[in-house]
Amino acid sequence: MLCATSRLLAARTATALPAQPRGRGPGARCRRRELHFPGHPELDLDDFLTGRLARPSVPVGRRAILRRGRMPPAVGGGPARSELRPRRGRCGPQTARVVGPDETAKPAARSRKRPGWGSRHFEAAGRWALLALVTLLSFATRFHRLDEPPHVCWDETHFGKMGSYYINRTFFFDVHPPLGKFCAFLGSLLVPFAYLIVLELSNSLPAALLTAALLTFDTGCLTLSQYILLDPILMFFIMAAMLSMVKHNSCANRPFSAPWWFWLSLTGINLAGALGVKFVGLFIILQVGWNTISDLWHLFGDLSLSVVTVGKHLTARILCLIVLPLTLYTATYAVHFMVLNKSGPGDGFFSSAFQARLSGNNLHNASIPEHLAYGSVITVKNLRMAIGYLHSHRHLYPEGIGARQQQVTTYLHKDYNNLWIIKKHNTNADPLDPSLPVEFVRHGDIIRLEHKETSRNLHSHYHEAPLTRKHYQVTGYGINGTGDSNDFWRIEVVNRKFGNRIKVLRSRIRLIHLVTGCVLGSSGKVLPKWGWEQLEVTCTPYLKETLNSIWNVEDHINPKLPNISLDVLQPSFPEVLLESHMVMIRGNNGLKPKDNEFTSKPWHWPVNYQGLRFSGINDTDFRVYLLGNPVVWWLNLLSIALYLLLGSIIAVAVQRGAHLPAEVEGLSQVLLRGGGQLLLGWILHYFPFFLMGRILYFHHYFPAMLFSSMLTGILWDTLLRLWAWSLASSSLARGLYVVGNLSLLLGTAYSFYLFHPLAYGMVGPLAQDPRSPMAGLRWLESWDF
Amino acid sequence: MLGFLKHPVVVTADINLNVVALTAMGLLSRLWQLSYPRAVVFDEVYYGQYISFYMKRIFFLDGSGPPFGHMLLALGGYLGGFDGNFLWNRIGAEYSSNVPVWSLRLLPALTGALSVPMAYQILSELGFSHCAAMGAALLMLIENALITQSRLMLLESVLIFFNLLAVLSYLKFSNSQKQRPFSPSWWFWLTLTGVACSCAVGVKYVGVFTYLLVLAVAGVHAWHLIGDRSLSNVSVLCHLLARAAALLVVPAAMYLLFFYVHLSLVYRSGPHDQIMSSAFQASLEGGLARITQGQPLEVAYGSQVTLKNVFGKPVPCWLHSHQSTYPMIYENGRGSSHQQQVTCYPFKDVNNWWIVKDPGRHQLVVSNPPRPVRHGDVVQLVHGMTTRFLNTHDVAAPLSPHSQEVSCYVDYNVSMPSQNLWRLDIVNRDSDAGVWKTILSEVRLVHVNTSAVLKLSGAHLPDWGFRQLEVVGEKLSRGYHESTVWNVEEHRYGKSQEQEEREVELHSPTQMDVHRNLSFLARFLELQWRMLTAKSDGSEHKYSSSPLDWVTLDTSIAYWLHPRTSAQIHLLGNVVIWASASLATAVYTLLFFWYLLRRRRKICDLPEDSWLRWVLAGALCAGGWAVNYVPFFLMEKTLFLYHYLPALTFQILLLPVVLQHISDHLCRTQLLRSLFSALLVAWYSCACHVFNTLRPLTYGDKSLSPSELKALRWKDSWDILIRKYQ
Repeated sequence: MLCATSRLLAARTATALPAQPRGRGPGARCRRRELHFPGHPELDLDDFLTGRLARPSVPVGRRAILRRGRMPPAVGGGPARSELRPRRGRCGPQTARVVGPDETAKPAARSRKRPGWGSRHFEAAGRWALLALVTLLSFATRFHRLDEPPHVCWDETHFGKMGSYYINRTFFFDVHPPLGKFCAFLGSLLVPFAYLIVLELSNSLPAALLTAALLTFDTGCLTLSQYILLDPILMFFIMAAMLSMVKHNSCANRPFSAPWWFWLSLTGINLAGALGVKFVGLFIILQVGWNTISDLWHLFGDLSLSVVTVGKHLTARILCLIVLPLTLYTATYAVHFMVLNKSGPGDGFFSSAFQARLSGNNLHNASIPEHLAYGSVITVKNLRMAIGYLHSHRHLYPEGIGARQQQVTTYLHKDYNNLWIIKKHNTNADPLDPSLPVEFVRHGDIIRLEHKETSRNLHSHYHEAPLTRKHYQVTGYGINGTGDSNDFWRIEVVNRKFGNRIKVLRSRIRLIHLVTGCVLGSSGKVLPKWGWEQLEVTCTPYLKETLNSIWNVEDHINPKLPNISLDVLQPSFPEVLLESHMVMIRGNNGLKPKDNEFTSKPWHWPVNYQGLRFSGINDTDFRVYLLGNPVVWWLNLLSIALYLLLGSIIAVAVQRGAHLPAEVEGLSQVLLRGGGQLLLGWILHYFPFFLMGRILYFHHYFPAMLFSSMLTGILWDTLLRLWAWSLASSSLARGLYVVGNLSLLLGTAYSFYLFHPLAYGMVGPLAQDPRSPMAGLRWLESWDF
Repeated sequence: MLGFLKHPVVVTADINLNVVALTAMGLLSRLWQLSYPRAVVFDEVYYGQYISFYMKRIFFLDGSGPPFGHMLLALGGYLGGFDGNFLWNRIGAEYSSNVPVWSLRLLPALTGALSVPMAYQILSELGFSHCAAMGAALLMLIENALITQSRLMLLESVLIFFNLLAVLSYLKFSNSQKQRPFSPSWWFWLTLTGVACSCAVGVKYVGVFTYLLVLAVAGVHAWHLIGDRSLSNVSVLCHLLARAAALLVVPAAMYLLFFYVHLSLVYRSGPHDQIMSSAFQASLEGGLARITQGQPLEVAYGSQVTLKNVFGKPVPCWLHSHQSTYPMIYENGRGSSHQQQVTCYPFKDVNNWWIVKDPGRHQLVVSNPPRPVRHGDVVQLVHGMTTRFLNTHDVAAPLSPHSQEVSCYVDYNVSMPSQNLWRLDIVNRDSDAGVWKTILSEVRLVHVNTSAVLKLSGAHLPDWGFRQLEVVGEKLSRGYHESTVWNVEEHRYGKSQEQEEREVELHSPTQMDVHRNLSFLARFLELQWRMLTAKSDGSEHKYSSSPLDWVTLDTSIAYWLHPRTSAQIHLLGNVVIWASASLATAVYTLLFFWYLLRRRRKICDLPEDSWLRWVLAGALCAGGWAVNYVPFFLMEKTLFLYHYLPALTFQILLLPVVLQHISDHLCRTQLLRSLFSALLVAWYSCACHVFNTLRPLTYGDKSLSPSELKALRWKDSWDILIRKYQ
């Protein structure tokens, strides 16, 4: 069996990939022999491809209905059986009528046509053989030349670094092995997953095979799985969730059986995985959610089931699809926080309380004076997440932007320029003079904040702020602490009475400018280059209480006060979880493209309008270019249009009450149900990107592309079957079906042969150059490989 | 023949006195003392300037919405004989005598008044009782926020009117569908649906949500129609085509019509010209058209041109150079070529002139006949005033170190050869031999040696570059971006051989005679694109609020304060109505899902027709509320309470639906029903009382004392203005 598989593989790849470098032993040995399966001499390639093995042939009952001749393999009720069977007898009379006679006719038909044992054996053998073949081919393409290029590509800088954080900086971080192999491994699994999903949805081997070929021979998927990006992992979980969902759907006739539970909980586990990798995983959750709701709706409408049974179903869904993933998801976070319990460069993004749990952070087991006093050196942190510390530095606002005084910003990282000294507004005496008594700052006091490094006072005046025009500008003003009355601020604790002392870390304070009456806040907008891309600080005349204008004191140094250990700050796990999510979402939204930058637009993606340079620019470099195989992608695009057309024709015909022949009825069920799920997947993974304001990249499209390829597989199989069905002669129909499938498969393989340098890397002149081997392949001017 | 003479001409009038009375009350509440206050109230300051533009026929660009709403307001001004002379700069400014305040505010007030009887009709078309219909209309009548909003020169009431009209005419249409399809009234209501939808979209973009809702309901009905086996295929096709024509084609055509009227009304150039492309500007009277009128069309070797960047962000600007050179060393220690600066300059200047030169020849004048420059030709660009060549080389640009520096070449004899050949790439050419045309052609200049593309980086140079914009050679030009595209704006054929003559020539304005015009469709597309991409500065406003505040009325807007007394207009809703409408929505949702689940288990609580009515009313009213409310959560612009009013209107329509349902189906006994009716009367008088209490803030006619005002401040978040002295 293995020999046969690899032989087939070799035969196929021999045409597609003349120079597969790695030998595969048995394949080489078997190549010259005849193409047949040992022990089953009647099997030829035609039969094999048309999937006759995979399904029982046309039942007797059906024959009469068939208009002309023999149908190539598809059987009316056969496809989507997985979908239909569970509903039989409860979704109303129509479906039952379709499936009913088929069920009874089948065994008889099968036994007459061919010995049952052989058929079943073939079915299993064929499926497993093909699966093995597909997997092998996928692994071969993904692991081929995995070690090149030996340097860091594209986002690898980013994710590689994160990896090294996890490994705790004791491990020397090597880019490709073992992480690269891991990603390639997951990437290779996508193809068999897609194969199985399509097989489950359409019950047609050729459709599954076509899907597998599309994905195996897509240069884009190949490139993506060869590099350490999060995407192969994300796509792995998405496909795994989809596969387990589809498998679970086909277990619906045996509710609460072991496989039923297994696939259901596996779906939940994979959902947790998908969401844990990237937030894009949310879309597959929506898809599974939709599927679950419609499933429950059908169960609920089935009057033969008692409400209690439906309740059981509902509980099972809640347990496996909500509780289980959430537990896993929070557990990953718990691990994440446990592993990363050391202070690092990202601290400033988080609130003071959050930082207190990081060892090495100055707030961890902090012992600082509890109450603010005059003369204290402090850092002031905005309460809104990911805004940072009040900051100033020896640079002036540029000309034309307010007064030309020293900049005041907020800054996310810890720095000496974040230190401020609290002084009394009316004296410049040093409060730290040991002869003076300690005087605490109280709610409602008028104070002055002096920047420690530059000795300028926090200042505001009636000039418009640099970015938020309706607010006032905040500057550093004065020399050695001597300024003017615009330096006076009233310090207020939110929700406190006058005269209270101000607590470090815990008091939420507002600073109100005395002269203009405005409130110190940060708008959260990023200043241009002159402001070092720190965030804007303004004084807002609108007194509405928002987190942007509330601050807390974080570091506090005052030698005259006793240090007190503060362990009240340890936040609970849910708080930590919530906060880290808020910071992540804000960070994600912060990735905004600039005006004059070339950015990738969502409409570019399905058209394969433009690729992404992974590595190398010039003609002497080793270049890898992420671009989908245009043949595959344009076929996908065409298929979506065709699908919509065909789907609506069928839907309208059904709605008009047209009596479809049983063959067409079966095919249209596959198309509408199976194809519909895939189309929904494509829509869910593609269209939300149009609403996103953040910077987008080409590789965001790949999950959607997987769904689109699976749809292509189902659509073309159905189209060919329909076409063959409409032909008069059975031999012609069979011929047409085989030729159609073969040409699609071979065409994809050939296009991969043409475009494979994109993924495996190319050296030499750029494609604009007519001397380049890729010159003829630059089909769109926007491809710059 | 003459068959109509056989029958007498009979007119039967069928007057519903309810509707008449409601209309009268609506008019009274909306039109009473309409021209008070004679001062600019809140957003009138914003719409007013556009009315003035219309009156003066000056082109403007407003990204907030399509022009139909502005045009309607301007119609009021036109009828009132407004000449457009008023400086709209301050809220509260007293109107001068030439401003016809009454007629300017008349249209919104009329539409607001007509919404009241329309609410009545919608509910009766939905199949609910006259009591319920009256209830809906009476609620609309005493809703303070709706009154305030319709008595001023604002667009929300117009939008609400068209939303309701669309729903009403669709209901009339679908009711006549059952009886007489393809009758005149069937056609009338169908077409009116499409027209009302397009008017709603034309007033404000948010009207599109109601349009989509109507489309969705129509789609579902059409789907049922397809499933109706009693109809023949042909008649189903006719039905579908009629719907497609009326609900898709008519609105699209109407939308184009608005823009057509708009563009033919505002044909003079004005302050917003700069944002538009040169071609568009040239189509306006005055402004650029005066300069460019009569320029030669085809750019030839020897032409003198100014090159404008097509992207024009952050500001529209022209390719520019001047005597100053790049500083030897930048602030951050990097070095430069020290050659003459090339920048992009946002003002007209003699240094913006460049001469297109044939690399193979020496002269800088146009030969006779002129030799036009075509796509793919290699040219040199000579800066007119300094006669230096546009050049780029492998030196990092001052602010964008990943790109190449662009300079005018100065030969320092330091083995840095000049690289001044550029290949012309006409982006919007007709054919490969396309000629470079003034204004119309959008070109990219591709450097021959390095294949870098001339690009506006958008960064402002520091002081040494006079804060002009940086121009770079972009090596990694990934596809098309507008910042790499330039077009010729001013153009003339150069005639002067000598440099001094040429400088005189450059200083003189261009002249010659050819006329060009942009097609309407091109102008429409450009205008629409610029409107959609115009960035509103998402700045906060003192009275801005978030959608979450709206449902609970946790916000208010002070519209106007009398300059001396504390009479003021305040956008505040009728609290009772808001609270009960939200409650009704919640009740509807709960009941709906309850019935739905029960029906799924084949337990039918409602008879079929009353269930269908309940669903349709929910789809239109609750659906109308949802589609007009939920999208605001995704919008990034500054939001105000008045954005909620269209959603609120639909919610008010839902309220009597739910009440009647409770009374009909949930109150089982006669006693309960009577109790419920009594409760309703009490509740309605309560709403009336609230209306009456808030009336001084709605009409702004009565000055209240500080203590009275304080008493009205029912919520802390209401910013009622209280004068400290008096």
